[in-house]
Amino acid sequence: MSSLLSVQGLTTTFPIAGARVPVLREVSFQVEAGRCLALVGESGSGKSMTALSVLRLVPRPGRVEAGTVSLAGRDLMGLSVPEMRRVRGREVAMIFQEPMTSLNPVVSVGAQVVEAILLHEKVSAEAARARTVELFRRVGIPDPGARFQAFPHQLSGGLKQRVVIAMALALRPTVLLADEPTTALDVTVQAQILELLRELQAESKTAILLITHDFGVVNQLADEIAVMYAGRIVETGTRQDVLRAPSHPYTQGLLRALPGRAQTGERLQEIPGRMPQPADVPSGCPFAPRCPEALAACSDWEPRFSVLGTRRVACLRRPESPVGPTGGTA
Amino acid sequence: MMGYGLLASGSSFLDGAAFGNGVVLAVFGLAAWAGYYARGNEIWRQALGEVFRRRRLSVFVLGLYVALALADSISWVGGSDRADGVLAHEAQSLVDRWFSGTTEKSYSAPLASAEFYDKTPLTRPRAHVLGTNILGQDVLYMTVKGARVALLIGGLTSLIAIPLALLFGMAAGYFGGRIDDVVFFVMSTLASMPGILLLIALIMVLGQSTFSVCVALGVTSWVNFCRLARGETMKLRELDYVAAARALGVSHAAILWRHILPNLMHLVVISFVLLFSSLVLAEATLAWLGIGVNGSWGQMIAQAKDELSRDPIVWWNVTAAGVAVFVLLLAVNRIGDALRDVLDPRTLGEGK
Repeated sequence: MSSLLSVQGLTTTFPIAGARVPVLREVSFQVEAGRCLALVGESGSGKSMTALSVLRLVPRPGRVEAGTVSLAGRDLMGLSVPEMRRVRGREVAMIFQEPMTSLNPVVSVGAQVVEAILLHEKVSAEAARARTVELFRRVGIPDPGARFQAFPHQLSGGLKQRVVIAMALALRPTVLLADEPTTALDVTVQAQILELLRELQAESKTAILLITHDFGVVNQLADEIAVMYAGRIVETGTRQDVLRAPSHPYTQGLLRALPGRAQTGERLQEIPGRMPQPADVPSGCPFAPRCPEALAACSDWEPRFSVLGTRRVACLRRPESPVGPTGGTA
Repeated sequence: MMGYGLLASGSSFLDGAAFGNGVVLAVFGLAAWAGYYARGNEIWRQALGEVFRRRRLSVFVLGLYVALALADSISWVGGSDRADGVLAHEAQSLVDRWFSGTTEKSYSAPLASAEFYDKTPLTRPRAHVLGTNILGQDVLYMTVKGARVALLIGGLTSLIAIPLALLFGMAAGYFGGRIDDVVFFVMSTLASMPGILLLIALIMVLGQSTFSVCVALGVTSWVNFCRLARGETMKLRELDYVAAARALGVSHAAILWRHILPNLMHLVVISFVLLFSSLVLAEATLAWLGIGVNGSWGQMIAQAKDELSRDPIVWWNVTAAGVAVFVLLLAVNRIGDALRDVLDPRTLGEGK
């Protein structure tokens, strides 16, 4: 329990056709201060839902069914609504993926950051303003004093995302949930933003939960990787281990599909089929129908986590060291 | 029908001198606050500047109507008893005083020097630019006085209807669930009743006065905008910046106030304009049915229905009121149209 952010057995459900269908199933992970855990997986695998569940902001009618989220030893799930509101932004902040829409179009960007500061801290408006300008400078916004007055439509995508990051960092949160922070940006801006995040992390020892489907981003920022599939974590490990020697067939498939690894002239290998919708997740291993190594047993038993060194893998074909009576302890 | 006093007299406190002067103060206060707010907010400053540039004439026309309405609202007791029966202890507005002593005996055509029917010379020949009505009152005077009534009906009713619609619409759209069910049920119920019958019934219950007409119009007219506000809020609720605000720990009330409401303001403006126009027209309908507001253009038009069948025709009364309504509504709609173009958050930054 030394981890800053520790998530155990997080299960989030949505009602579909009268039944409560899990979109997250027993998701568990830890992030240490100053480290970055990357949640990777296809669209719809539950990455963003994990971040929203941590903040207890699952959109209705979904709800967190089970699990604990502890921040520096404090259980967030047990907090009252006003207490939780004080945690959001101040201790756990989130960066959304779409800078175009995550700023209010009719409020100047400076005022939006000031609002965030004043919300949580009893400081004067001038002090909040000065801090905002300083934040803008720190996240690399040129001419921060003038940009303070700008409206979102007057800024480029890269600048907007810097504003969003400034807003998330305004209260010096200990945990940052970054939901695809660079997906909407072009590649050069993307590199700058990642560089910025890395610097800020090194400075303030923030724990980052990075949500992405881009292994390039993972490679630049992450210390550890958790691979998600159909609402579950199927493999965790250090970045080097997972990228160099993926163990779970799904992770292997993802990495085989990367253009960078293929030989010129060779066809990229895709994973056949599609990820199932939450309501259609098969029993047993959810990946079994698409898995090149699947056995008959894969559809019967839900795989438990096996430990391979620093790594945990949920796959029947990796039985080296089965642990625990239940799955989902990563 | 209701006779015209020089002061369009009514039973309600809304027609009293104190109220009129209060309205003038309130309008100036509101204008000062709006100006101060718009100066501090770049979007509104730009938008208003743009509207003034694009709609100079309409703004001027609207300003003229507002000035006339204000002039007719500033009133005080004083002066001497007048030949036309107004006593010194009755409060008279600026407009009343401008037109003091212009009343003739009966109809006269615009700029005529004799009465329309029996050709007796007027006390003020060639002075009545728009002629006089059946009671000999100057039609220009009656038309000018109508501006105050029209702005009062449009403005006061909108002040009742729009906040009501915003409150219910935003609550229903943002929170959904049971609140939405209740609001939608009320809206559907109101929308399913024939509007004019509901209006008449409400006015019968509330009694006939300017204020009760405004309340009745307000109660029946908030539904459309409420539905619009509800739908737009439902859309805004799903946007990332609302989610981002939630993730920053902003409360629901603050999100509604700081993030949803400002993004509905362009709708408020356009709805206000449309509502204003339809309210002035609705009052004309009520006046036709004999339950309008004293001294309104609607009443002038309603009274003209007999005049139009005379031979020779008495046309100036209905023409003056009709043109006054038309010009006001045209100016208001032109301004609202320009405002919508420059305020819509979706087109921000495009039209430059």
